[in-house]
Amino acid sequence: MSGAVLPAGRASRLLRNWGFMVGVAIVGFAAIIAILAPWIVPYDPFAIDLDRRLVPPSFMEGGDPRNFLGTDQLGRDYFSRLIYGTRISMVIGVLTVITSGLIGITLGVLGGFYGGKVDDAVVFAITTRLSIPAVLVALAVAALRGSSFLLVVLVLGFLLWDRFAVVARSTTMQIRNLDYVSAAWCAGASRWWVLSREVLPNIATHLAVVATLEMALAILLEAALSFLGLGVPPPLPSWGLMISEAKEYMFFDAWVIVIPGAALFVLVLGVNFLGDALRDMMGTDLSR
Amino acid sequence: MLRFFLRRFAVAVLVALTVLTLAFMLTRLSGDLAVSIAGPNATAEDVETVRRVYGLDRPLTVQYFDWLGNALRGDFGESYFFRDRVSNLIASRMPVTVTLGLVGLVLALVVSLPLGILAAVREGSWVDRLVGLFAMIGQAMPSFWLGLMLMVVFGLQLAWLPISGADTWEGFILPGVVLAFSAIPSLTRLTRSGMIEALASDYIRTARAKGLTRLSILVKHGFRNAAIPVVAIAAVQLGFMLGGSVVIETVFALHGVGYLAWESISKNDFPVVQAVVLVLALIYIGLTLLADLFNAVLDPRLRSA
Repeated sequence: MSGAVLPAGRASRLLRNWGFMVGVAIVGFAAIIAILAPWIVPYDPFAIDLDRRLVPPSFMEGGDPRNFLGTDQLGRDYFSRLIYGTRISMVIGVLTVITSGLIGITLGVLGGFYGGKVDDAVVFAITTRLSIPAVLVALAVAALRGSSFLLVVLVLGFLLWDRFAVVARSTTMQIRNLDYVSAAWCAGASRWWVLSREVLPNIATHLAVVATLEMALAILLEAALSFLGLGVPPPLPSWGLMISEAKEYMFFDAWVIVIPGAALFVLVLGVNFLGDALRDMMGTDLSR
Repeated sequence: MLRFFLRRFAVAVLVALTVLTLAFMLTRLSGDLAVSIAGPNATAEDVETVRRVYGLDRPLTVQYFDWLGNALRGDFGESYFFRDRVSNLIASRMPVTVTLGLVGLVLALVVSLPLGILAAVREGSWVDRLVGLFAMIGQAMPSFWLGLMLMVVFGLQLAWLPISGADTWEGFILPGVVLAFSAIPSLTRLTRSGMIEALASDYIRTARAKGLTRLSILVKHGFRNAAIPVVAIAAVQLGFMLGGSVVIETVFALHGVGYLAWESISKNDFPVVQAVVLVLALIYIGLTLLADLFNAVLDPRLRSA
């Protein structure tokens, strides 16, 4: 039983789920772009050309075939910046999930496994975390410490672990007393063995669903923080920062905010599709 | 019932005290507050003056208990920038934020309840799938971007609504819609699952057997039972929405508490930031407590929890 994360029947059902395929396509495409960014950008995304500012995309009136998605307010190639922005969103999403996952899963498994006083403490930590307004605290910390890429990852990681903890706790509780866990105890397995070989593999699919939800949330929050000027610092081409810098021109040239915003929306939608398909496959409702 | 209430209340007070402590630590542990207040061009002398005037030279424990004692009496000190009591500032900005939150919540309920019921009644059909897709789209929508797009379309191109500010009631429509989007996905899903569960129960079968009309079964028997968790979650959602209003208030230049926090963060006005974090957390704690009690009163099975 342990180690069977995806039973064969479920895996094949997953492949027939169109939402899953769309999710895989979007996230896979974004991952490839993020990895290959330096080799596929047509121009240097940081190269400023003040003589060619706010050139519209090539398919619009007044566009220039040299710049597929036009140029920004400093004449930087929008397509190249968008490609590098994929990298920022993906890296922030993945690193945040790893940080928050480590914190949340540790707390949740400990609470669910030991119960009693330990569990009370874990539940209290979750309740406290939920009552703290995350965006506001993230903004305040970034303002005090000065924003940087690493700080955004750490702040989001330390704020978004609640759902990991909730799900890890409840699923651990459910399997704690199942026969195969008792069997492992009887066979003389150590506490560490039971946790790492019996408990974790069997809650992994549930945690995978949470991971997609948190990744989507992390990408959205990074964009919001960067939009407010306290996320990823310029001149890095975060999509949120691109929208923020283009905001002044949006009433004349709406495409300057449509392009990075649409990219953000599609990526987050793709991540959500993945999570939704995983959830359907398990037949459990973790939407809250 | 009383024991349940007291237990929940004690936990809520403990959580509130923890948040109070965290709010204090937030500003004291992330760097030297005096340096932040004095600004980038300050000399070492200026920093010393700031430290003395604001009482930052005292031991941390003294500062903490001083702040804690005052905060418990509703006194959050004086704003560095606005030259006013922090409590006055928050009180004067709160109506805008609460109005925005309520507009958002009402809009969210108006959309989610019918959609959730429709999806549940036609479970598994294309209508159900369409509602699910709509919820997914709402969940993936970046709120600040949606806000800007609505401003361009409805404010500029169609010129139906004001682009920013809250001088008239119309100013609340666009930000309310954006805020509603953050609650619609979860409220719709919850209504749907609650309705599906209610429709599958014995009392619905009995009602059908009695020959009641379809509408009367849906509304009186189905929805009334499905609504209990929805109302409770709606209260919690309102808490989340107030906490998340900082982004939307900034986008639409609505001068509520979120905007105040944003202004204060950029001006290093930390007594205000601390207080806003605290007030929003307290509102959330209060709303969750209410939701718990509401659930317990309506559903006695929950009281043992």
